[in-house]
Amino acid sequence: MDKRVVFNEAHCKSCELCVWICPKQIIHLKQELNPLGYRPAYVSDEDQEQCISCAMCARMCPDAVIEVFR
Amino acid sequence: MKPVYLRPKSLTETVSHYCPGCTHGISHRLVAEVIDELGIQSKTIGVASVGCSVFAYNYFEVDFQQAAHGRAPAVATGIKRVHPDKIVFTYQGDGDLASIGAAEIVHAAARGENITVIFINNAIYGMTGGQMAPTTLEGQVTTTSPSGRTHSVQGYPLKMSELIATIEGAYYVVRCSLHNPAHIARAKRAIKQAFENQIEGKGFSMVEVLSTCPTNWRMTPVEALKWVEQHMIPVYPLGEFKTGEGE
Repeated sequence: MDKRVVFNEAHCKSCELCVWICPKQIIHLKQELNPLGYRPAYVSDEDQEQCISCAMCARMCPDAVIEVFR
Repeated sequence: MKPVYLRPKSLTETVSHYCPGCTHGISHRLVAEVIDELGIQSKTIGVASVGCSVFAYNYFEVDFQQAAHGRAPAVATGIKRVHPDKIVFTYQGDGDLASIGAAEIVHAAARGENITVIFINNAIYGMTGGQMAPTTLEGQVTTTSPSGRTHSVQGYPLKMSELIATIEGAYYVVRCSLHNPAHIARAKRAIKQAFENQIEGKGFSMVEVLSTCPTNWRMTPVEALKWVEQHMIPVYPLGEFKTGEGE
């Protein structure tokens, strides 16, 4: 299945605004670090199906790392 | 799969130097979205200020000029008068616009310059390490008001939108906030209106955006957004202060 929410993980700064705003609470931070030294936000492949493509995470993201599809 | 939200084309691929959760990034994104939607990327010229947004020219995929501290509205005036067919906007913080640049913004508004001003108010000097700004709230602790700002010593917070709205030459003055997606959508509509005003030649437009500084406020990004809602909005009420020239 194609992903509904896609993160540019290399540019994420772990601010967690997307984690906070997601109405489905399916966004989490990875354990490993990205090249900037932050733990990037992600949605697991299993949770992608729960995404309702509301794009609130993308509209909240200060670093424009999130793109959303329906 | 159809796209619901894509990264705006008027933003470069550069990773910003802004701290995690800083709403400068959201403001940048909204301006870029508006430039994309209005199809004005090739004829837009931005003017960066001094402060955290000093590197804005690295983040927008449009022409940019960096102004001396506080002088962005004067520089934008020059650019707009030489290139009246271009769309000229300034992007200034509160240390820049409300303090050292207070004269420039007042006179640009008084002249009714046909420019768009994006004013980021986060009630503190971010870049230099969290000193008190003219916009700092009463009681707010900063590195230069360690026991909280007291009006008998440091004066009252400066309300720029209310002040600029009293000037006849100002056409559109609005204050918005970025503390949740609904308010972000409103802020985007205001920014779009401010650019449309310029395209239609209506004159001076200023959008004040209540913003956060999680690092210098010593808060998490989420706590900072809640602080905007609980503490800043009561002091800096949201809404349109002026639409249309004259009284």
